[in-house]
Amino acid sequence: MHFLVFIKQVPDAAQVRVDYETGTLIREGVPAIINPFDKHAIEAAVRLRDQFGGKVSVLCMGPPMAEEALKEAMSMGADDAYLLSDRIFAGSDTLATSYALWAAANHIIKQTGPVDIFFAGKQAIDGDTAQTGPGIATRFNVPLITYVIDIRKVDPEKKTIEVVRLVESGQEVIEAPMPCFLTVEEELNKLSYAPLPYLIRAAKTPVTVLNSKNTEIDPSFCGLKNSPTKVKKAFTPPKRERGEIIEGETLDEILNKLYEKIEPVLKEMGKV
Amino acid sequence: MIKQDISKYKHIWVFIEHDNKEIARVSFELLSKARELAKDLGCEVHAFTVGEKVEQFAEEVFKYGAKKFFIIEDPFLKDYITEPYRDSIVYMIEKYKPEIVLIGATTLGRDLAGTIATVLQTGLTADTTGLDIDPKTKNLLMTRPTFGGNLMATIFCPDNRPQMSTSRPGVYKAIEEPVKGEIIREKFKFDKAKYTKKILEKIIEEGEKVNLGFYDIIVSGGFGMGSKENMKLVQELAEVLGGTWAASRKAVQAGWAPQTRQVGQTGQTVHPKIYIACGISGAIQHQAGMKSSEIIIAINKDPDAPIFEIATYGIVGDVLEVLPKMIQMFKEKLGKA
Amino acid sequence: MKKKDFDVIVVGAGPAGLSAAYVLAKAGVDVIIIERGKFPGSKNVMGGIFYREPMDDLIPDFYKEAPVERHIIEQRMWLLDDVSHFSMGIKTQKHNSEPYNCFSVFRAHFDKWFAKKVVEAGALLINETVVTDPIVEDGKVVGVKTDRPQGDLYADCVIAADGVQSFLARSLGLRKKITPDKVALGVKEVIGLSEEQINDRFGVKSDDEGVTIEMTGPFLKGMEGMGWIYTNKNSLSIGIGVIIDDLVKHNVNPNDLLESLKSHPSVLPLIEGGETKEYLAHVIPEGGYKSIPKMYTDGFMVAGDAAMLVDSVHREGSNLAVESGKLAARTYLEAREAGDFSERMLSKYQEKLEDTFVLKDLKFYRNLPELLEEKRYLLTEYPQFIIDAMTEIYTVDGVPKPDKFKKIKEELKDRFGYVRLAKDIYTIWRKLR
Ligand SMILES: Cc1cc2nc3c(=O)[nH]c(=O)nc-3n(C[C@H](O)[C@H](O)[C@H](O)COP(=O)(O)OP(=O)(O)OC[C@H]3O[C@@H](n4cnc5c(N)ncnc54)[C@H](O)[C@@H]3O)c2cc1C
Ligand SMILES: Cc1cc2nc3c(=O)[nH]c(=O)nc-3n(C[C@H](O)[C@H](O)[C@H](O)COP(=O)(O)OP(=O)(O)OC[C@H]3O[C@@H](n4cnc5c(N)ncnc54)[C@H](O)[C@@H]3O)c2cc1C
Ligand SMILES: Nc1ncnc2c1ncn2[C@@H]1O[C@H](COP(=O)(O)O)[C@@H](O)[C@H]1O
Repeated sequence: MHFLVFIKQVPDAAQVRVDYETGTLIREGVPAIINPFDKHAIEAAVRLRDQFGGKVSVLCMGPPMAEEALKEAMSMGADDAYLLSDRIFAGSDTLATSYALWAAANHIIKQTGPVDIFFAGKQAIDGDTAQTGPGIATRFNVPLITYVIDIRKVDPEKKTIEVVRLVESGQEVIEAPMPCFLTVEEELNKLSYAPLPYLIRAAKTPVTVLNSKNTEIDPSFCGLKNSPTKVKKAFTPPKRERGEIIEGETLDEILNKLYEKIEPVLKEMGKV
Repeated sequence: MIKQDISKYKHIWVFIEHDNKEIARVSFELLSKARELAKDLGCEVHAFTVGEKVEQFAEEVFKYGAKKFFIIEDPFLKDYITEPYRDSIVYMIEKYKPEIVLIGATTLGRDLAGTIATVLQTGLTADTTGLDIDPKTKNLLMTRPTFGGNLMATIFCPDNRPQMSTSRPGVYKAIEEPVKGEIIREKFKFDKAKYTKKILEKIIEEGEKVNLGFYDIIVSGGFGMGSKENMKLVQELAEVLGGTWAASRKAVQAGWAPQTRQVGQTGQTVHPKIYIACGISGAIQHQAGMKSSEIIIAINKDPDAPIFEIATYGIVGDVLEVLPKMIQMFKEKLGKA
Repeated sequence: MKKKDFDVIVVGAGPAGLSAAYVLAKAGVDVIIIERGKFPGSKNVMGGIFYREPMDDLIPDFYKEAPVERHIIEQRMWLLDDVSHFSMGIKTQKHNSEPYNCFSVFRAHFDKWFAKKVVEAGALLINETVVTDPIVEDGKVVGVKTDRPQGDLYADCVIAADGVQSFLARSLGLRKKITPDKVALGVKEVIGLSEEQINDRFGVKSDDEGVTIEMTGPFLKGMEGMGWIYTNKNSLSIGIGVIIDDLVKHNVNPNDLLESLKSHPSVLPLIEGGETKEYLAHVIPEGGYKSIPKMYTDGFMVAGDAAMLVDSVHREGSNLAVESGKLAARTYLEAREAGDFSERMLSKYQEKLEDTFVLKDLKFYRNLPELLEEKRYLLTEYPQFIIDAMTEIYTVDGVPKPDKFKKIKEELKDRFGYVRLAKDIYTIWRKLR
């Protein structure tokens, strides 16, 4: 079976801080990581590969430094890694990104054979859009299953898959034919400590670089210019000031003071 | 990019999210917000949805000011499944050409919107918390948090229609403004063989609502709660306040709460009116999910805990002492004793 | 057939391991480096002055490409008491032109860059993997175990460059567990300041020119140690390293010590207004020549800090690491030629090191640790005397200069006595011969 995982390299959001003076993000020195959700997608694909055979390909669109993310994906057990990197992609929104990734995936499929399960993370922690996966799935015209928390069954003969996904009211067990497209939650699995041979293979295997020249990607759908959405402005939300520690002789006194402070809000909400 | 004749598009469409029984609250919020936008644009607000039995919603939809309600009813649409929902909705949008399409940023809404926008080859802005009309260009300005709420971006979609956005629940007030509306029934012929995805089973977690975004009060427990048993205090306080409860990742990992209730970078982003953090240190990853709450109340025995940096009100103390008293107090004050 | 995955396994991607791997990879040897950190340098604390000389011979003109902060044109040595410092030092334009003498570096950047060169040269680098044990068969080291599943690796030769704690050298019995009197605990902070602030405060013209200050004296209350400040491009590294035994005996917490150094009236103006960007602690082997173990056994060599190769007097370490890594690799190449990885063959490694500055320098200072152990007052009383004497000379108070000198002479006699003074000078001269 062939599994294709879309991974994004993102700045570790936990370490990004805000410069309130300039209203920008301080990204300097912030390490780039594989989007946490995508790691679970890789893990799932690798486990299925180990169970059913075949291979795991990973595809990442990003600047040359994103090669690190792909190397890490191979260390986790992915077989082939592709970096889609070209100036023409700069500034792509989710529609343009999903086009480029779809086109690049098609190129990979042409070279290496059809994909049974596509994987993406639920969302990327930098943009938090959760749109790229659904966008790619739609272009492939394969069933889309979002928020997957469990892969219950894969039947390579019947070419079906049974998964559990999160919905507002609980969970749903879904059956779908393969090929299909899953976007995954962190709960899907626990990342395992990869065996040494994976790491050695990753260190030895080069990442294949794709761009507008060695693929059939149509530049007129890519990049800032061809993205329907544009950023008008970016700004930092007002800084949260340190509030007050409520003090008092007794806990009752403290709680009463607290209550007085929030009473207007409770009233406004119709709680009192 | 495919260029369109954008002058052909008119009116604001709001997606009515439902489970064939009840409408999701966010749909009313969006109808209310859409009315404001429609004033600026000089157009109408329309509602639309598809499903097995959706005509029943007409009255409620008109109550919130939708002049028209576009629907497709079909037994095939009994359950929400991405692809048939997408295809029937796309059919209506292509036929009636709304200028703006608003969908709630729920799990369902975000599943649906991405695929619709791709078919329509138009822009989609995710998870917005602000919607305005640019007075000059009349474009929709969509503002949304990124980088875990550290940065806000205002996004617009100048050359493609419809302008689409998923909008966070709980941001806008649902305000009634009844009108006499009109139901427009459409039909869509499903090529049933095309839809191969099936729901085998639905696991409804009673009371286990997944979307914390629906609540204006959230009481959240962290590792400082000490045990699963003690988490009940958090639940009880939430109940007394008519809100819901949540947890930090460490509490989730300890098995004291389901992941569906995790707040933070890898959990849900919430912005209730009141967020009460009990025994939560306030790690940056946790803050990413709750920093934009209006009022943050923190209870922690460590006066140096980072949560106090962002808390509106802080109580330095042991949760096991503070919470029982707090529950008792709110019971009395809110007349629930 | 004998199991073999690689020709050589290098454990640890610090300067020692990377240098060894670089030489080997360039010579076409199939070499793998195992590093436990997320990337080379990620766990590294070094204060950081990196010397050009041994490295330049590996990668000529490396500093033009490598991420170095500033080249050092002035080195100051301060004797510090609680309220004063007496300064000596050298600032020279000879160190202000290529190829430069030494550089301040951030090891997290520098090692990462160096590792990239090593990988480009053909070595295989594996991160986030801990070597847990040597694999010994028939008394020979034939590989290592790692903490990864399927984690055993076999090779002709293992080079342990796993830093001061060197678990490998210890578990092979080459080294004893280091005792607290032979290692210093270094604590360090990086303090952010603007380039202009640093240029002004340290009297340099550009963000390329740098200064080091090393500090010792009665400030340390008789503990053996050294404080330092190094200029980076837009930050300062400030730290202090003290023999662990002394910390215990004096019951001081190294963080408090660093704090008091930072608030010293001579230091404070240099760092004032800066924001602490990181805080790190690490141990430095300071046992000197006498603590150096046998650095080889069958199929195994030890390099860098793992072999206790640190010159604590001149705070050199990384250059000794580079040199020893290089020589370990060259010894391997000879061994490969001869098809012999026995202890006898690999003993040439230590012989080679004896011929270089590495062991010659360390040998020169071989008695210093004991001397200081014995005569602690060398670290307190003499420096204090110098500070007091200088203060006296520079204080204008109506006392005629001849009287001042006389007073100082009397002080000298009172405090030490001529006999003891002569003895101390003689001892130092003898021990350092
Ligand atoms: C990639 C990544 C993603 C992450 N995503 C998330 C996320 O989405 N959400 C999230 O929450 N975390 C996330 N984390 C984890 C985060 O870094 C913290 O580890 C976590 O938030 C800590 O949870 P806590 O505050 O409950 O526990 P702790 O940090 O252990 O804090 C417990 C607090 O309780 C206080 N306390 C203890 N006993 C009492 C008592 N009796 N009374 C009062 N106070 C008491 C203590 O003083 C302390 O401040 C993520 C981490 C990573 C690396
Ligand atoms: C605070 C401080 C300041 C210093 N200042 C200077 C200075 O200014 N100039 C100078 O020249 N020297 C200085 N030194 C000394 C210098 O840092 C060392 O001498 C030098 O780093 C030695 O290099 P190495 O390669 O032997 O060891 P290290 O740099 O310690 O590298 C060892 C590597 O091995 C890895 N490792 C360890 N165990 C394992 C294992 N079991 N499995 C896998 N990997 C492992 C470690 O993660 C590490 O990356 C300083 C040291 C300290 C602590
Ligand atoms: N540049 C990219 N390269 C590869 N995959 C991506 C990229 N951007 C997004 N994805 C995938 O789409 C998911 C959702 O991303 P987003 O829509 O940006 O929230 C991610 O978790 C990835 O799996």
